[in-house]
Amino acid sequence: MGEDGSSRDDPSSRLGVTGWYRKRNRLGDLNAALILVVPTLIVLGVFTLWPIIYSGYLSLIQWDGLSQDRPFVGLDNFVRLWQSGELAQSVQVTLIYTFGVAVGSVAVGLAVALMISRLAHGQSLYRSVYFLPAVTATVAISVVWGLLLDPGSGYVNVALRQVGIQGPNWLRSTTFALPAVILVGIWKQLGFNVVVFLAGMAAMPKEVFEAAEVDGAGGWKIIRSVTFPLLAPVTLLLLIMGVINGFLVFDQVFVLTGGGPLGTTDVLGMLLYRRAFQFFDLGGASAVGWVMFSLVAAITLVQWRFYGTGARGIGG
Amino acid sequence: MRIRSSQATLHLLLLVGGFVILLPLLWMLTTSLKSPGQVHLPPYLFPQSFEWSNYQKAFAADEFSRFYLNSAVMTGGIVAGQVVLSSMAGYAFARLRFPGRNVLFGLVLATMMMPVYVTLVPSFLIVKTLGWLDSYTGLIAPRLVSPFGIFLMRQYYLSLSSDLEQAALIDGASRFRVWWSIALPLSVPALATVGIFAFLFAWNDLLWPLIITTDPDLRTVQLGLAMFTGRYGTQWTLLAAGSLIATLPAIIAFLFGQRWLIRGVSMQSTK
Repeated sequence: MGEDGSSRDDPSSRLGVTGWYRKRNRLGDLNAALILVVPTLIVLGVFTLWPIIYSGYLSLIQWDGLSQDRPFVGLDNFVRLWQSGELAQSVQVTLIYTFGVAVGSVAVGLAVALMISRLAHGQSLYRSVYFLPAVTATVAISVVWGLLLDPGSGYVNVALRQVGIQGPNWLRSTTFALPAVILVGIWKQLGFNVVVFLAGMAAMPKEVFEAAEVDGAGGWKIIRSVTFPLLAPVTLLLLIMGVINGFLVFDQVFVLTGGGPLGTTDVLGMLLYRRAFQFFDLGGASAVGWVMFSLVAAITLVQWRFYGTGARGIGG
Repeated sequence: MRIRSSQATLHLLLLVGGFVILLPLLWMLTTSLKSPGQVHLPPYLFPQSFEWSNYQKAFAADEFSRFYLNSAVMTGGIVAGQVVLSSMAGYAFARLRFPGRNVLFGLVLATMMMPVYVTLVPSFLIVKTLGWLDSYTGLIAPRLVSPFGIFLMRQYYLSLSSDLEQAALIDGASRFRVWWSIALPLSVPALATVGIFAFLFAWNDLLWPLIITTDPDLRTVQLGLAMFTGRYGTQWTLLAAGSLIATLPAIIAFLFGQRWLIRGVSMQSTK
């Protein structure tokens, strides 16, 4: 790395200590770096970097994971899955799910955050309440939603019956299964967006609002012409993060519908799981993985276009 | 006066919305305490009776205590690993000068955009080759590193003054010693953020335990619950009790750690 920016962090240069100290310190840095970074590099190397290369190879061969025979088939894994209609359907389902959850949770999240931000008291209490779904286990809450959406005695249909509507068999209906899964997705994602919107609002310069008030602007006018434009970057960021999360959905689909009925909720994550661990089609599964990567990469490029590189996502 | 009435309207709207948000969780609690005969009665949200035995029955119906132990071991291992390794690597990337530092840090960041699905099948094959299927090692080791955690810790160390560390270096302490005795204790708030993210990630995870365990004795709580649903789908009281058991630790972690969690989430909007 040479001498770049070393004076800020190097005690020897600041204090004018002579060469031997510098050298000792330089070696000390290297030794310490070995101890501090190598464990991380080993785990990343074995369980992320090498698997990425391995996955590229797998996507080009046909293999069940056991046999000695691993014929090279090139892009046939992609073509085969696409022509069978499975991959095309999964891409379509994933895009609908993603669009529904990202837009729905950002729109509702913005409305909720706007209301909370205008409260004189109780902001943090409401924030916690709306955030709670984001931390509850997806499996557990999907089990609960499955019961709430039960066609006979689930709360949703019981409530609909009160107002004279006969609700559908949500999770077994080719029309309503995907909207039901999207609803659960929005329920999970909403609180995260509320918290990020609130942080974005807290970071906005107060002077702009004071100036707008001095100019005689009222509540809704201020929201429309000051708050919304200032929130545009945060909104775009949340849409992008929501889209990336949406592409990678698995848990609630696995528990609620298993990808059915007739593949109407068969998101890419389900397709990959089924190809790999039920049909032992490792080549096909890896191909699906790269399709998911392409979707994430495309949206990440959009993000870089607007923000430069940076972190994303919860957990990692 | 107008201000006060609009405040009341806001509270009313937010309360109704909050009630809808909490409804599934309330329903889970109420149903888990109902007697089987009450399950399909018209809705009420506050428990009319307290059938604590549903929890005993859920625990008896399947190996939930075993699942709990498995989840606790896995979560403990992942949290400890991610916290310590994030601090170590984050410190090195923030403070030390060594060849290849920027390239390596770029590499760590780049892995953040790699969906877990790309590496899922190869990781499974590697774990299989290592003989780690159906083992705690297999559940923990591949998830010991959090690139987001490393990023977070690096930013935190960059924001700290290094004066104290430099004084210790001049006094002859090694860099490793400086990390351990000075930087680590100073970074507890950031470590708490990394820790709670790791906890929620590990405790709630389904996919990895699903693919690398076949032995029921190594199922985690989430996996056990997902399997339980298939077999006891009609016994709502047990399902509700099982779901509550499965998500309670995450909710408790949230209640105690929300300050650090909210800070971590909020950071994402201002980065």
